[in-house]
Amino acid sequence: MATKKQTPKTTAAPAAGWKYEPALESTDHVRFEKRYGHFIDGKFTAAKSYFGAINPATEEQLAEFGQGSAAEVDTAVKSARRGYEKYWSKTPPSERAKYLYRIARLLQEHARELAILETMNGGKPIKESRDVDLPLAAAHFFYYAGWADKLQYAFGGAQVAPLGVAGQVIPWNFPLLMAAWKIAPALACGNTVVLKAAETTPLTAMKLAEIFQEADLPPGVVNFVNGDGRTGAALVNHPDINKVAFTGSTEVGRAIQKQLAGTGKRLTLELGGKGANIIFDDAALDQAIEGIISGIFFNQGHVCCAGSRLLVQESIHDEVVRRLTHRLSTLRVGNPLDKNTDVGAINSRAQLDKIEAYLGYGVEDGAVRHSAPCPLPGRGFFVAPTFFTGVAPAHRIAADEIFGPVLSVMTFRTPEEAVAKANATPYGLSAGIWTDKGSKLFAVASQLKAGVIWGNSFNRFDATSPFGGFKESGFGREGGRQGLLPYLEVRG
Amino acid sequence: MSVHNGVVRSAYHPPAWKAVDAVAVEARAAALGTRSIKKAAKLQGLLLAVSMIDLTTLEGSDTPGKVRDLCAKAMRPLPGRSDIPSTGAVCVYPPLVAVAKEALAGSGVKVAAVATYFPSGQGDLAMKLEEVRRTVEAGADEIDMVIDRRAFLMGDYAKVFDEIAATVEACGPAHLKVILETGELQTYDKVRFASQLAIDAGAHFIKTSTGKVQPAATLPVTLVMLEVIREHYFKTGKMVGMKPAGGIRTAKDALKYLVMVNETLGDAWMSPDWFRLGASVLLNDILMQLEKERLGAYDSLRYHTLG
Repeated sequence: MATKKQTPKTTAAPAAGWKYEPALESTDHVRFEKRYGHFIDGKFTAAKSYFGAINPATEEQLAEFGQGSAAEVDTAVKSARRGYEKYWSKTPPSERAKYLYRIARLLQEHARELAILETMNGGKPIKESRDVDLPLAAAHFFYYAGWADKLQYAFGGAQVAPLGVAGQVIPWNFPLLMAAWKIAPALACGNTVVLKAAETTPLTAMKLAEIFQEADLPPGVVNFVNGDGRTGAALVNHPDINKVAFTGSTEVGRAIQKQLAGTGKRLTLELGGKGANIIFDDAALDQAIEGIISGIFFNQGHVCCAGSRLLVQESIHDEVVRRLTHRLSTLRVGNPLDKNTDVGAINSRAQLDKIEAYLGYGVEDGAVRHSAPCPLPGRGFFVAPTFFTGVAPAHRIAADEIFGPVLSVMTFRTPEEAVAKANATPYGLSAGIWTDKGSKLFAVASQLKAGVIWGNSFNRFDATSPFGGFKESGFGREGGRQGLLPYLEVRG
Repeated sequence: MSVHNGVVRSAYHPPAWKAVDAVAVEARAAALGTRSIKKAAKLQGLLLAVSMIDLTTLEGSDTPGKVRDLCAKAMRPLPGRSDIPSTGAVCVYPPLVAVAKEALAGSGVKVAAVATYFPSGQGDLAMKLEEVRRTVEAGADEIDMVIDRRAFLMGDYAKVFDEIAATVEACGPAHLKVILETGELQTYDKVRFASQLAIDAGAHFIKTSTGKVQPAATLPVTLVMLEVIREHYFKTGKMVGMKPAGGIRTAKDALKYLVMVNETLGDAWMSPDWFRLGASVLLNDILMQLEKERLGAYDSLRYHTLG
């Protein structure tokens, strides 16, 4: 007997409200010491006194680092001088290249661990340290490795020579990447190095030192002294330094330039910025929104070339604000080790205080604040990504470098006005131009006083492309062929 | 409406061309593809994806028997697992609509049919409309039409618009999905323009591809279309559905599409009412992943039914 066909039982679609689970990068396999002094003459050395560095997302101490004294800086400089005279100046250029290639490959091999440590110490999202910082750091070593034995072709056939010992001081926003930017061209050109990492983010420099050991780099070729601004001052003022390279605030850069006047030391400065991101009404708007977001919220806005001033053509202002508001609501702020985090932790309490002060100034000066509605973690240094509308050029948030996830939205009517407004700043590091019309893009770019100009993109970096500022954003270039010049004497 | 040389033209003004930056849209699509979807989120995402599938067979060799098998699979994708939902719809050629309608009766699974001289669209409008009306009468809940790419590429956008508008009317109560066949439009600028045109003409859903042309659905093309839907919503408050179709074969791909909808349009679109995946082999790959979540290991495809 046959049964009657039944109406099939079915199951309805699951309810809406899809939430991503935490996707934490595992930290089990990373290892680092509880205490680091300095790295001098190819060895880790003890320091007289130490300070703690924390994870800004948890406020827990990661490790202790040496507070470099003048005597310790002197030891490091002597080691670099010895390294220069005894080894590096006698190493043939093609051999220097091999060391740099080896370092680049080791950076790739250790990329996962380094990315995690960069995130733990710096607060940046793991997806950025994994996909941006580490690949770029390795790329810089690969790129400059290629130049090491071709330097005589770099400047029209001119004879070139290394300078000697370079003293380098780097900031906390891209600790490992900035070390790579500084060290790779210096070594390729035949110089030796004493580098001081920022006091909040010295951890990956110590891992880089381990890589130098693994690469069998001769002792003294690269030395790291840890410490705060006092250590940095002792380094740049050391009489046996031939060249100073500094990346950091305009205030400190100005002080260094004063101190170095008349000493004969060569100097390059990569300082602050207040980049203009210019959106024309014929831009590919949805993509421009992404460019605005990455321009200001990449690395929590701790980027000297951040697009912190948004200049929008007035006819599309409301449309841009509508889209920005929506996009802001989709940003994921939180644990930097979560692979889905878009915006991580502010690097330090001091920086968080500064950003919060500016959020106050913005409202005080009469602008309208729009902050992401996201929940913030209960501990650690976090701030909601924010943009301000109704900003006038006179407002403090429009003029000062905040170095945080805070965007000031202003308008313009014509290309001429856009150029005038973009250039109306003491800084001149970066700018972005968004238009689908190529001729307009190039016409505007040629009038902007900025060292780096992006067309229909923002915050894209490449080892082959020179980077540096106009005006109070500094001088000297890093990256590309131009990045060799600060580390060479060109003899004509 | 007006008449020029005996041809009826609407008073419709085509939307302004709005640019899409190819490099940036591909970068954004790739970035969304790196989202890490694990554990409960993965499980929920996969179940949601099943409920969004338009389980499709569009072959010359399709028969009632084949369609009945497919309908059984659509209603209960994995017998014995009542936590796995039915698919959103079964998608067939018009002559098989009645078979599917009967097999799916009472299940809640929709019957979708391709029409309007699918897949080429090279046909006379009156006959296209007649086909649509008869297909709806036969029981189709949803019609997947193709745009006239000949007219589109010749720049006769009003003709494309009028055809869509007329098809919406011919659909009556049935929902209309408008297939742009993005693989033939080629540039993102044209995809964006065609999306806006279809929405303006009254499409309930916009859909990437027939599955008969390569490339079919891609993540960047889908992103461009979702962005048009979002812009339309911002301007009018009206929601339009989205259906990428063709080439979506793995559970991992499906999750990438879900992430893209979630982060471009948001929660309101995370339902089969507003998002569908046109696919055939995708379902088995998702089922395999769901069984893996349950069993802790991948089982063999031999445990999964065809179709």
